[in-house]
Amino acid sequence: MNASRPVRLDIDQLIDNPATRVLVCCGSGGVGKTTTAAALAVRAAERGRRTVVLTIDPARRLAQSLGLRQLDNQPRLVRPDGFTPRGELHAMMLDMRRTFDDMVLAHAGRERAEQILANPFYQTISTSFSGTQEYMAMEKLGQLAATGEWDLIVVDTPPSRSALDFLDAPQRLSTVLDGRLIRLLSAPARAGGRGLRKVVGAGFGLFARTVSTVVGGQLIADASAFVQAFDSMFGGFRERAQQTYDLLRSAGTAFLVIATPEPDAMREAGYFVDRLVTERMPLTGLVANRTHPVLAAVPSAAAVTAAEALCRDDPDSLAAAVLRLHADRVAVAEREKRLIARFTRAHPTVPLVGVPALPADVHDLAGLHEIGLRLAGV
Amino acid sequence: MVTGKGGTGKTTVAAALALALATGGRRVLLVEVEGRQGIAQLFDLAPLPYAEEHIASAPGGGEVRALAIDPEAALLEYLSMFYNLGFAGRTLRRMGAIEFATTLAPGLRDVLLTGKIKECVRRTGTQDRHGRYAYDAVVVDAPPTGRVVRFLDVTRAMADLAKMGPIKDQSEGVVRLLHSGDTAVHLVALLEEMPVRETLDAVAELDGADLRPGAVVVNRVRPARLPEPVLRQAATGAVDTARLRADLLASGLDLAGDALDGLVDETVEHAVRVRAEQRARDQLDEADLPALELPERTDGVDVGVLYELAARLRDQGVR
Repeated sequence: MNASRPVRLDIDQLIDNPATRVLVCCGSGGVGKTTTAAALAVRAAERGRRTVVLTIDPARRLAQSLGLRQLDNQPRLVRPDGFTPRGELHAMMLDMRRTFDDMVLAHAGRERAEQILANPFYQTISTSFSGTQEYMAMEKLGQLAATGEWDLIVVDTPPSRSALDFLDAPQRLSTVLDGRLIRLLSAPARAGGRGLRKVVGAGFGLFARTVSTVVGGQLIADASAFVQAFDSMFGGFRERAQQTYDLLRSAGTAFLVIATPEPDAMREAGYFVDRLVTERMPLTGLVANRTHPVLAAVPSAAAVTAAEALCRDDPDSLAAAVLRLHADRVAVAEREKRLIARFTRAHPTVPLVGVPALPADVHDLAGLHEIGLRLAGV
Repeated sequence: MVTGKGGTGKTTVAAALALALATGGRRVLLVEVEGRQGIAQLFDLAPLPYAEEHIASAPGGGEVRALAIDPEAALLEYLSMFYNLGFAGRTLRRMGAIEFATTLAPGLRDVLLTGKIKECVRRTGTQDRHGRYAYDAVVVDAPPTGRVVRFLDVTRAMADLAKMGPIKDQSEGVVRLLHSGDTAVHLVALLEEMPVRETLDAVAELDGADLRPGAVVVNRVRPARLPEPVLRQAATGAVDTARLRADLLASGLDLAGDALDGLVDETVEHAVRVRAEQRARDQLDEADLPALELPERTDGVDVGVLYELAARLRDQGVR
């Protein structure tokens, strides 16, 4: 195979660089985004930076290892047992409902804010709309960056269906909050204006009635009241979203795409890399997470032949078992290398680092420290 | 319904299950609902349109067809049953009005998807089927464990929607089907802590919503290579290196010191992992559900492998 040599992603150089202010970890579900984000933050703090990690939906034991017992939506100082980092490690878990509420309170007058918070449609949007978590993660990132308190903010991204949701969701939520369509649905005669009505034609009135039949008049009424109350703050919302988007695009931000060496995750990583390039977002590299490199230079065929010979003499031979599990490992490593090489051929300029898997799950700071070493390749 | 945490191989298992059920001359529909085109990728096909298409033949004359349900198309199809939207329908689609309507009421999306599934399950009158249902089985590559109960809990979704009208009437039929003995929710898990935790949580949640968990499919099971006593020791980091070296020499393998150390490290990692897998398996037993197993395929999954996995499922009693 023509193995293209990828550029090596140097994690320590990245996190040590004072110009690196935001590190975004993205990738599809189940690839270890949260753990990687936490490990990067631990390492950055160890190496002297005042670091905060914003986690979205950490596993319970991982959260506990960071001292996060509850969602309180504020960074908390993490005090590792046994050593003192040269910098500082802070961690927080996103509370999306609270972030949204705070945003409403900050932008609307008190009376109007109360109206919005009590609206049933707001409650749906702020808890179960599929883009809200992404939007609020961006909002929280914007807030953390605005304080100027942090050398480095490490952001985990929500466990979306697709890695791209992180970039698309704010736009989707924005469309809903924009309210043009809600106004059309609740009062199509007035809100659309002649131009739009002409385009859509008489079918729209029918559509509006149909939607109203399907989703119920009450919901449309709630949505409409919500949009009216929300209208005055919408400009502010959009401005903030734009600021955060600009922050993501700035030179101080680094996007790391995380993928396990599995076909689906690598394909998703490929899509995401293409998308970041199209959006001119600062793509820094790919973390191939949980690889299984071969630890002993013994060819697979030689191992299997020897194992067979050993088994003939002694079916319970320790050496035979060891050689067979080595052959299994070679097969896994070869497959992983092929998948990574396929990515590299399609994206030859994207720096890459492989992170060998730990044999068991990580849920303490010592484990995160160990992953940090592996990320740095030491 | 086949669900599982992201990355457990839910789509692969759903496809293998469809092939296993189609074996012996039956017709099975494999459905996906999340717009990922995972079925097309797995079978190495062009993206599936919103239509039921033949994708594979099963041993013994069976057939698997596939359908990727797009909620927007389902809503338009649905509305056109009652209203003639014609040109306006396409325009509204371009404007994003339909995405908007499904966004306005998050439950609407799921109601449309499950409504289409129910229509497929209960469809009769197909010419060559002689009064039987159009499909002997419908296998759904359902949303992952974290979202599956919300997806299937049509009663709750309907609470957001109109209290009368065609959708309400139709949804009652969907609720009956999903809560009946005709529906089972199978859970795909790996022998790792997080997928097992999520599987157990999902089982409890399914029980709570009065939905029926089916089997746990433990996917990607790797062979255990070490006998139990060796495993126990190796998991603590202890490997009898002297004996290993002697045995290897006897077999004609004269390894350098670092190669031997490497083999020992690999053995310890293997043992630690197998131990973790055993704990995961014990935990999965708490769910008290029938368990099926599918082996790890280090060379990846292609169409040929799907047939092999289907045969493994048949060996374990899938009919």
